[in-house]
Amino acid sequence: MKMLKSALASLALAGSLATTAAFAAGGDIKHADIDFSFEGPFGVYDRGALQRGLQVYQAVCSGCHGMKFVAFRTLADENGPGLTDDQVKAFIAEAGYEVEDEEGEFSPAQTYDYFPEIKSAGAPDMSLLAKARADGAVHIYSILTGYTGEEKEVAGTVLYENTAYPGGWINMAPPLYGDDVEYADGREASLENQSEDIAQFLMWAAEPTLVERKQAGVRNILFLILFGVMLYFVNRKIWSRVKHPE
Amino acid sequence: MGNIPQDHYEPKPGVATWIEDRLPIGGMISHLQKFPTPKNLNYAYVFGGILVLFLVIQIVTGIVLAMHYQVGDEASFRSVEHIMRDVNGGWLLRYAHANGASFFFIAVYAHIFRGLYYGSYKAPRELLWIIGVLIYVVMMATAFMGYVLPWGQMSFWGAKVITSLFGAIPLVGDSLAVWLWGGPSVGEATLNRMFSLHYLLPFVIAGLTVLHIWALHHVGNTNPTGVEIRKDSIENVKKDTVPFTPFIAIKDLYAIVIFLILFVAFTFFAPNYLGHPDNYIEANPLVTPAHIVPEWYFLPFYAILRAITDDLWIMMIMPFDAKLGGVLAMFGAIAVLAFVPWLDTSRVRSTDYRPIYRWWFLILVLDFFILMWVGAKPAEGIYPLISLIGTIYWFAHFLVVLPVVGLIEKPLPRPETVEAAFAAKHGIKTGDAKADAEAAALQPAE
Amino acid sequence: MAHTHGTDGEEPARRDVLFLATGAVGAVGVAATVWPLIDQMNPSATERALSSIEVDVSAIEVGQQVTVTFLKSPVFIRRLTDEEKAAANETALGDLKDQDAQNALHPGETATLKHRLVDPERDFLVMSGVCTHLGCVPVGEAGDFGGWFCPCHGSHYDTAGRIRKGPAPTNLPIPVASFSDENTLKLG
Repeated sequence: MKMLKSALASLALAGSLATTAAFAAGGDIKHADIDFSFEGPFGVYDRGALQRGLQVYQAVCSGCHGMKFVAFRTLADENGPGLTDDQVKAFIAEAGYEVEDEEGEFSPAQTYDYFPEIKSAGAPDMSLLAKARADGAVHIYSILTGYTGEEKEVAGTVLYENTAYPGGWINMAPPLYGDDVEYADGREASLENQSEDIAQFLMWAAEPTLVERKQAGVRNILFLILFGVMLYFVNRKIWSRVKHPE
Repeated sequence: MGNIPQDHYEPKPGVATWIEDRLPIGGMISHLQKFPTPKNLNYAYVFGGILVLFLVIQIVTGIVLAMHYQVGDEASFRSVEHIMRDVNGGWLLRYAHANGASFFFIAVYAHIFRGLYYGSYKAPRELLWIIGVLIYVVMMATAFMGYVLPWGQMSFWGAKVITSLFGAIPLVGDSLAVWLWGGPSVGEATLNRMFSLHYLLPFVIAGLTVLHIWALHHVGNTNPTGVEIRKDSIENVKKDTVPFTPFIAIKDLYAIVIFLILFVAFTFFAPNYLGHPDNYIEANPLVTPAHIVPEWYFLPFYAILRAITDDLWIMMIMPFDAKLGGVLAMFGAIAVLAFVPWLDTSRVRSTDYRPIYRWWFLILVLDFFILMWVGAKPAEGIYPLISLIGTIYWFAHFLVVLPVVGLIEKPLPRPETVEAAFAAKHGIKTGDAKADAEAAALQPAE
Repeated sequence: MAHTHGTDGEEPARRDVLFLATGAVGAVGVAATVWPLIDQMNPSATERALSSIEVDVSAIEVGQQVTVTFLKSPVFIRRLTDEEKAAANETALGDLKDQDAQNALHPGETATLKHRLVDPERDFLVMSGVCTHLGCVPVGEAGDFGGWFCPCHGSHYDTAGRIRKGPAPTNLPIPVASFSDENTLKLG
């Protein structure tokens, strides 16, 4: 009997693991081995990486990729890039972001406005990119560092070989080569460093509440464990009258 | 209320009596509190309480999410992002609702397999069981429509695939699909009605749950021995049972907290693990995802749907095509559960005392997980064959194994009473010579 | 025998402490669970971000009024002409129905023009465009006093937005406003 029951329990576990693992697998793609500061139950975003990633986004990605769900004001988030209000305003002014009103007139964007939506290049919006791919940030890093340098032309479109892309050929030209930006904090702007920073930034863009969520999670788990232990003793105490009547 | 003798409720004189004369709510509450519950229930019996909690969690988080959710081709996706980013604690409400659905199904599957293992469907609990199957079906409909609401790629294509199933029905199928869609295909009109029904159906589940619990309180719980509690006198009832409060209430609460630890771990640390990344891409009717998979809790039945193909010999003799065959198999796989009370021919309820059936039960559980696993795989290579074998066993288990094993199997000796089983397990001397002897006899067997 | 559920158990003190502590922890858990359900109805970050806006006023000419939306309501920004200022200054306080400036920056001050302006050195009159009677939007450069006139129930405001005639009880209120620089007016 015991054996049957434990067999059932391990079956249930194995079954659920196998099933969910099936979602995670994305085919024959190669993912880089890289760790990010926001991983794990106590993970937090690295503010410096987010600020550098913002710089890379602005200098390189923003030409083709919009970010329509991200408001400029969130660049000041405590758990995000942590810019000051004046820095956010300066960022908008320097980048020249504008908004169009109902009459079709353009005026400078305000902090409560959003990054633009860009459809012209046919490139995916970056607001949720890191959650819209399995292993989001790792996937983005792997794509950016996964170009082999080979290209081919198919039906008039140039494709670039990339070891991290499903199918092996991507139609985005290599966006980063190294030293595409100059980091203010002196970090070397190598291809790997830039890729790491933009990947972290895009994870933040997709999940700005990650840090708040994980911190709340730790509190909740600790609370439930405490409550569970107390209930264990309450339950035992109550039942002792039934199980040990003498 | 029920047919189990219970202490009579005497309202205190004054207001309580005045109310009781007009609305017997005090008696109802007293009945629920003191409800005699078999004292030997194990932890497989905690999932009913967990399910009630998750119904409440889903309804409450759902109502507050609906305060911020908007319906529309672009509005739906945007409003979900608004909830995730801007609404106070919105990310928590949405993640709790999304993962709450998954944990609702974990609990319901545990509850169903517990019922199958302990024969909880057998007379006089057939209606109790069938109401349960109905709840499960409405749950699936609700969960499916809820998954459509964020209007991501999986929402859209999942809706498309599942509603297209109705197109397989002969004669009326095409009109039915168009009627479901409210247009030539899945679109904003479909989304809007799904939101309406997704809001309505949980209250239908709540109503069915009341019936389910009503029936339970009329016939009483089963228990791991499958032996009915003695209902001939209050004294005997008290020997076999404990009052629900505090004994079962605290035990259920303890189990709920343990279950919530798992739920919280997913909600806060891996909230998207059970979801699909493609649903963070806005719905696009022009681009189909590489690999459409339903949520994990539908996978066993999705596998059964896909197992039926035109090259099966059985499909060659059937007067309909594989599309309809798959749909019939899928719905049949769920519907067969409703007939289990009459398909099981065994004299005993609990599989604990069924030496042959217990292995078949193990295979059924295994089959369920294999179907779940294969449902997430692409329909190519070896996988369709595995789906087919899994499907055949699913039906064979209920239509062949369950009736046949019940007839040929010799059940193990069972305890006379719940009291004796409980005493044997905990080494209690009841003072009754016969019961003690029986308890001693049972002890080595367990 | 095994069905006692009174208070007959041994060591009652320890048991009661355990039960009470568990109950208290449970109550904390319930309260912590309920809070997000309440808080979600408070204004979201999107709304809060609009609680302070900046308006470029460089294009507004003397004698011109623009209406901006602030906190979901109209706010009038008007550059007063010398005549309007003179008219407002010449009005004796005793002639005013409401002698409070109704200015968030000058609570309790008298309703002189000085206390109605964002910056007494400049000619910007910034005030709520919602009639204090029943919430209609008054029309500019109208009414018996050359200021605003509410068409709904006939309230007349003067050139400083002060109520002079009609059912409205108070002057048009002035929100928290300031100049962040020469050309930028900050509301909120």
